[in-house]
Amino acid sequence: MRDGNERQQKKVLKMAKKILAALVGAAVMGIGTHGASAATLDDVKAKGFVQCGVNTGLSGFASPDASGNWSGFDVDYCKAIAAAIFGDATKVKYSPTSAKERFPALQSGEVDVLARNTTWTINRDTALGFNFRAVNYYDGQGFMVRKGLNVKSALELSGAAVCVQTGTTTELNLADYFKANNLQYNPVVFEKLEEVNAAYDAGRCDVYTTDQSGLYSLRLTLAAPDDHMILPEIISKEPLGPAVRQGDDQWFDIVSWVHYALINAEDFGITTANVEEMKKSPNPDVQRFLGVEADTKIGTDLGLGNEWAVNVIKAVGNYGEIFDRNIGAGSPLKIERGLNALWSKGGIQYAPPVR
Amino acid sequence: MSLSQINFVRQEMLPQQPAPLSARGAVNWIRANLIATPKDAVMTFVALILLAWLVPPALDWLFIKAAWFGTDRSVCATVAQGGIQPDGWSGACWAFVGSKFEQFLFGRYPLEERWRPILVGILFVLLLIPMLMPKLPHKGINAILLFGILPVVSFILLPGGMLGLPFVETALWGGLMVTLILSFVGIAVSLPFGIVLALGRRSKMPVIRMLCTMFIEIVRGIPLITVLFMASVMLPLFLPQGMTFDRFLRALIGVSLFASAYMAEVVRGGLQAIPKGQYEGADSLGLSFWQKMNLIVLPQALKLVIPGIVNTFIGLFKDTSLVSIIGMFDLLGIVRLNFSDANWASAVTPMTGLVFAGFVFWIFCFGMSRYSGFMERMLDKGHKR
Repeated sequence: MRDGNERQQKKVLKMAKKILAALVGAAVMGIGTHGASAATLDDVKAKGFVQCGVNTGLSGFASPDASGNWSGFDVDYCKAIAAAIFGDATKVKYSPTSAKERFPALQSGEVDVLARNTTWTINRDTALGFNFRAVNYYDGQGFMVRKGLNVKSALELSGAAVCVQTGTTTELNLADYFKANNLQYNPVVFEKLEEVNAAYDAGRCDVYTTDQSGLYSLRLTLAAPDDHMILPEIISKEPLGPAVRQGDDQWFDIVSWVHYALINAEDFGITTANVEEMKKSPNPDVQRFLGVEADTKIGTDLGLGNEWAVNVIKAVGNYGEIFDRNIGAGSPLKIERGLNALWSKGGIQYAPPVR
Repeated sequence: MSLSQINFVRQEMLPQQPAPLSARGAVNWIRANLIATPKDAVMTFVALILLAWLVPPALDWLFIKAAWFGTDRSVCATVAQGGIQPDGWSGACWAFVGSKFEQFLFGRYPLEERWRPILVGILFVLLLIPMLMPKLPHKGINAILLFGILPVVSFILLPGGMLGLPFVETALWGGLMVTLILSFVGIAVSLPFGIVLALGRRSKMPVIRMLCTMFIEIVRGIPLITVLFMASVMLPLFLPQGMTFDRFLRALIGVSLFASAYMAEVVRGGLQAIPKGQYEGADSLGLSFWQKMNLIVLPQALKLVIPGIVNTFIGLFKDTSLVSIIGMFDLLGIVRLNFSDANWASAVTPMTGLVFAGFVFWIFCFGMSRYSGFMERMLDKGHKR
């Protein structure tokens, strides 16, 4: 009896193991095939819209406007990609993703492109299986403190409580910086930026750290903005840009060249208002860029129409207009162009030629 | 001489007299309830001080200093923050709630299609109110309309995509609408499911008992947030590319299953409180199992656990805000999402938004709580304290 029981148990165990192995194998294979899936452009054209991963709410980059539509700097990139493909900037669906959710969402194919203030790092470019090339916003991590603390440099922050958003490169940079300088600190972590802001404003921590763009939006919500100061140290490079899955070069090219088109348009002085006029420009570079040159393949080589750049600019304007409208002088955030000015104006935004 | 002439016997009742002055009136109420003993007096005093300390600033912040009208952040920001209010000002920013109110109700549901949720809402209220009033007749038809027809109508109207209505994907739904749909479906599913599970767990049939127990214990043992997160982050990795379940549907299923498991245990508590004699009495009358349950056991058991049932409902109603972690925006989620609108960013916007969301949640929860109190009073036959 006992023998029989044991034998039966062994049998059940063996079967369970087999089933488990099969399941795990299927899962692994499932992930594998997703990574290598090709022809996102065809998928996008077939379903008729771009599925764009955006932030769950970041002032100026992705937030709802008065009537609830998504708007912002990253959102305009989603619209630009849709305009390039369909000639219609409304053919976008947005997936709001949290800092942790964003990578699985892109890996699984739930979103086609992730325009979610995501920092380009080697780990994300390689191990996570993404591709970055266009950097639409050069950011860097800074510190904000209360003036009352009498701190003049981040090196004096030993023992401080630091408010930081979890799941971001910000959190990692913070740890690295304090470790490198042999300082102690207490991280106070939150899932949402708005919670970090509230915690800092309520005095739960001495120091607030995030990308500089975030410091600007924080300034709008502090009870007494003049009581706070930004320390001079910039502790990281944060090149933010749209990310796509590896293994689909055509799609990668489209996403990258949409950005380069926006930069080139600013360079040429082409805006939403004058794009039709500029088609008549005698400048051959502009003619080529706008797809009016004879026998041009400027769009078809990408798998798009030759007017794709015109459509992008008509929909969202050039890089300068997008910047200004969402985060720059024309917005409440009033972020300076700084590094994000064109290379010809003291910044590092530079685009390869359209030729 | 008859007896009545000798003895005085009162033939009619005297009218009731008011209580003596020493036992009525405001002064006496204060004496009896607030300062009956020195200890009471001290506690009353402390409570009054607390109220005086808390209430005026709260009223001041909420109403007097509040910014009621405006079209952008300047009305809610001080001069130092780039607004129009004097420095040091702090008050509620109701202008923010006002300008975003429609979003708080419907999320990003397209403007020209908003008559659909409004229509569903009106139908819901029209059917719910008579359902809740015990005196009104035709409860059967009412229940069929509310729990049978209305869900079908909503299922056609809200997403659309048929009968010539444009399709509105659930990713655009949001606000109070999502909160109410999730909680209504959760409540409507969890009660019958919970009862079935509770009966199953007490069943004498081992397979059914085991299945029900397993379901209840597994579901109760996992946090809802884990299930939602798994469903939204991990599930797509295992499914073939392009194949997705609707996020809203995932949330609906998750919430309903959860509420059912909790409800099952509440109902089981009621079943256990019914004496064995009731079951045996029903059996001796020759009633079938379902007759026994419907006529004898459940009416008594459910009545006993009304507080527990409503407790679960209220918990469920508030749990719906967890869907914000899977990128759905319920009332709380959409309020918080709007904090990121730079046009309304100010020091008081988040506080105002949260006060508003809290108030709306409170209205619904308090409503349920009061109604359950009313039901308890109406149904308590023989258990009155």
